Amino acid sequence: MIVFNKVNKNYGTNVGLKDATVHIEKGDFVFLVGPSGAGKTTFVRLILKEIEADSGTILVGGRDVTRMTHREIPELRQQIGMVFQDFRLLEKKTVYENVAFAMEVRHKKKKVIRKEVPFALDLVGIADKADRYPNELSAGEQQRVGIARAIVNNPKLLIADEPTGNLDPVTAMEIMQLLEKINVRGTTILMVTHAKDIVDQMNKRVVAIKDGQIVRDEQGTYGITPEHLYEISTKEDESPYVF
Amino acid sequence: MFSRIGYTIKQAFSQVFRNRGMSFTATLAITAMMLILGLFFSTFVNVDLFAEVIQQDYNVIEVYLDDANDDAKNETVGKNLEAIQGVGSVKYRSKADAMKIMKERWGDNAYLLDNLQQNPLPNSYMVYVNDKASADRVSKEAPEIAGVSDIKYYQDTVEKLSKITRAVEVGSIVMMAFLIVVSVILVANTIKLTVFNRAKEIGIMKYLGATDWFVRAPFVLEGIILGTVSAAVATGILGALYIRFVKSIGPDILRVLSVPVISAKYLMPNLLIIFLALGVGIGTCGSIISIRKFLDK
Repeated sequence: MIVFNKVNKNYGTNVGLKDATVHIEKGDFVFLVGPSGAGKTTFVRLILKEIEADSGTILVGGRDVTRMTHREIPELRQQIGMVFQDFRLLEKKTVYENVAFAMEVRHKKKKVIRKEVPFALDLVGIADKADRYPNELSAGEQQRVGIARAIVNNPKLLIADEPTGNLDPVTAMEIMQLLEKINVRGTTILMVTHAKDIVDQMNKRVVAIKDGQIVRDEQGTYGITPEHLYEISTKEDESPYVF
Repeated sequence: MFSRIGYTIKQAFSQVFRNRGMSFTATLAITAMMLILGLFFSTFVNVDLFAEVIQQDYNVIEVYLDDANDDAKNETVGKNLEAIQGVGSVKYRSKADAMKIMKERWGDNAYLLDNLQQNPLPNSYMVYVNDKASADRVSKEAPEIAGVSDIKYYQDTVEKLSKITRAVEVGSIVMMAFLIVVSVILVANTIKLTVFNRAKEIGIMKYLGATDWFVRAPFVLEGIILGTVSAAVATGILGALYIRFVKSIGPDILRVLSVPVISAKYLMPNLLIIFLALGVGIGTCGSIISIRKFLDK
């Protein structure tokens, strides 16, 4: 689904990503972990072609992202569902409209939208809140809307950027169960996170980045070494669930 | 497709309304710009027409004859004129013919001429020449012929006029270019407000895989609305002004000068088309500029 082959990305003199090689198969569930500024965001932005790699090749769904033109970017992103830490819902639209918007953007027919949106809302468990506005919902419910929006077009890949970052531990675990359910249905999931307890509990494949380099890639736990611990604790805390 | 057009139109109008302060200012400024442009334009087309009418007489020199001349003398003058080198033909125009032509030119106001006790127009010869050099020669030699009272030759006027026309033209173009740039910047800044208001939404749209044109369309339409409203208002104001101008000055002065004025009926539809094209162009350019930065990602 995603192939990074010797990818380099520098920001001026700062290293974003260095010689990164990763293969993520279709149907995988992968955690992308690492300290702040290690290159996790760079990794995701390269997949979405928000930024360009300096060298190396990046394949997403079999297509070489580094060779795509600006015009082809929408097509690329239409294959990918995005879930954000801050949900990024449109406040002036209802839950239903927020999810429907993802289909409108892709010029889907009204008839199809009317069929697919309730299905997605049902899958994430908020079918009863379809007519509510985002500010009437709890954080967990808002994230469910975000996930419904990300999957309504049946993407092959779902990228979740700190999806549990703004949620309490219980809600966070509910969201993880939901993501696992989506993964079981065949969607490849790449989740960027700091949440050690979640990673440990899920026992999935973990790709760790440090200083732009992939330092670990195996199934298991968050795997904080004393060295990691030191770095995270000195950095500004992004997530309340690291410790 | 229809839901998309609906979405674009709904967004555009609500954006104009939400930003009504800035939209109003931009519309006002574009209208003002168009009014200035329109003034230049209507002056220009009239001057151009004036020059054209006069230029038709370029190869004709009217030689007026003394009223005291008898027919034999007039005939001699005619022969002398024909003898000048480069003269193609010479045509006699009697007092009565001249009056008939004048009445035709005055049109509806011709009845005013009926009140004249006697015909003040002189007998004349229309001298047709082949080129400018001959025209110069005739204008120099004809007044020397006995029995000739005066000549009327438009060459100097035409030359002066074409110089003025050119100056007006160049001035208008420079002015227009400047005003158009100002208008585009104004529209761009107005729409930038909306773009900033909706930066989050645009970001989400990009992540959802919206094409550039899907994101852009409501903003472009917003710009087009501003431009179109300005065009309509400008045409209305200018039309009212022009009709009033033609009414008060047109028949009394301009017709006596035997110069026609372009009618509002002809000028206004053309101005509306020009303004609309300009408004739509300015709106489109302005909005595309304002959102360009957001689409580069």
